Amino acid sequence: MSEPNLYETLQAKFGDQIAGANLEAIDPWIEVTSAGLVEVCHFLKHDPNWQFNMLNCITVVDYFEPDPKKAAKAGWDPHLEVVYHLSSTEQKKVNGTYSMIVLKVMLPRWQDDQEGQLPEVPSVASIWRTADWHERETFDLSGVVFTGHPDLRRILCPEDWEGHPLRKDYEMPLEYHGIRGR
Amino acid sequence: MAASVADQRVIEFDVRTDEMLVNMGPQHPSTHGVLRLVLRTDGEVVSEVEPHLGYLHRCAEKIGENLTPRQWVPYTDRMDYLAGMNMNLGWALCVEKLLNHKLSDKAKHLRVIIAEMGRIASHLVGMGAYGLDLGTFSPFLYAFREREKILDLFEEACGARLTYSYLTPGGATADLPEGWLAKCSAFLDQFEPVIQEYHALLTTNSIFIKRTANIGIMNAEMVTDYGCTGPVLRGSGVDHDLRRDGEPIYTEMYDNYAFDVVAQKDGHYPRDPDHNYPPVPKEAVLGDCWHRFYVRMLEVVQAIDLVRQAIERYQGADGDWGIPIKLTQKLPKGEVYLETEAPRGQMGFYLVSDGNSIPRRVRARSSCFCNLSVTSEVCRGAVLADVPAIVGSLDVVMGEIDR
Repeated sequence: MSEPNLYETLQAKFGDQIAGANLEAIDPWIEVTSAGLVEVCHFLKHDPNWQFNMLNCITVVDYFEPDPKKAAKAGWDPHLEVVYHLSSTEQKKVNGTYSMIVLKVMLPRWQDDQEGQLPEVPSVASIWRTADWHERETFDLSGVVFTGHPDLRRILCPEDWEGHPLRKDYEMPLEYHGIRGR
Repeated sequence: MAASVADQRVIEFDVRTDEMLVNMGPQHPSTHGVLRLVLRTDGEVVSEVEPHLGYLHRCAEKIGENLTPRQWVPYTDRMDYLAGMNMNLGWALCVEKLLNHKLSDKAKHLRVIIAEMGRIASHLVGMGAYGLDLGTFSPFLYAFREREKILDLFEEACGARLTYSYLTPGGATADLPEGWLAKCSAFLDQFEPVIQEYHALLTTNSIFIKRTANIGIMNAEMVTDYGCTGPVLRGSGVDHDLRRDGEPIYTEMYDNYAFDVVAQKDGHYPRDPDHNYPPVPKEAVLGDCWHRFYVRMLEVVQAIDLVRQAIERYQGADGDWGIPIKLTQKLPKGEVYLETEAPRGQMGFYLVSDGNSIPRRVRARSSCFCNLSVTSEVCRGAVLADVPAIVGSLDVVMGEIDR
């Protein structure tokens, strides 16, 4: 559980780069702008008060509803959320509680609203090596480009696969190299 | 008179070493399932390792977006198929965290028994298969002999031997059958002395030590940077175990249990020297293959101890065994992430709900996925024969990596 003053610390240090937060949620989260992400992550990892030396998970959640009737009731505009879960193997020795923090970056579903143009977010692979494979997986399945990633290729799907399966509007191909898909 | 060769280039061509690409897998027996490694070698020395994944990819996460949490439980079995019980537990706790569902004490102790038995079974395969990787067949047979007895116990509890779906959100599908605890205790009593056989076969075997000690060394900083968890992390001397350091919903299961995190501290493993397991050989360096193996072996002893404590508590505990939630239970709006200590590392589940019974997003954070990502760095500069030793010491299960 992250302590509430982490949010204030980040706000004081990074100002506008911290776009919002929900500290009431079961897992409190902090929203960071795409531009400020790398700086914030660098601070969280190296600041002696926090030492988030482990990046547990990178995920993308696709907020999109193909059914227009349901979409009207959904209460959000279509967008993608990149979610980072960080934890520390060091900090627990200081205050004795489990420390985990959730960062979010909000992205449009398509860059410049042009369908097919994948949205971009800076890579954090230079901060945690875990991010290398996790970003590849996220790119592969959810279609988010991590700029500055050393080797952004598909990892789970074959290299000639088309589309990003975890997008809500993804359609399974009819055929792949002679194998029936649907 | 010394022999002379007219054209010196002939000799140079002959002894010149070329870089060579060697493909290992996906059906290679020592790659633990369908892992494919492409090695760039210069003679015997490996200069680059490139793992290729995805041969077992089933997009379980996408399936999870079309099923209710209870319906998805069988899919978690098929991730780490050697520790299905622990996968079930991770997912069940994640859903319970979202529902804010409280379990009775009896249900918690039941879960400890099952999870720790699962850990023993999983580490037995890990140990036996590691022997196979290094070219010895017998430890595998010894390991499977004992694992079979655990599977028999699991079969009696839930009807399945590999894909259990026993622990579900809300509790478990059934209570332990009558007489099960006595059988379980009898197994532990029989099993505990057998561990000495494994130590004789592998841990203290001088060939085994030569193959694993001082090979594939990873320091604490490197393993945390790569997000390695479980025995890989603890084998490098990082004192971190979610059963003690995890989130309250998970650690409360282990409240008041006596156990030490198996990691070397100040050059000593816990309970050192008051124990009957073999000492660390002088060749071994912290963070090498031998230490990762050793941590697993000690965790088996630790798990036996935990099951014994849990059996005692379970018998005296009140409440039900945990009635599962409804199959189509509506989930509250919100999102949760929870990691648990599975045998191979920290298995995380992430659940995003819109307020329907079917989640918007389900994510499984695989421990082996991160553990394997370290291969290319740790294998660089190793000799070819050490690659299976290093990959084997990570103890990966491809079902969990590819999901």
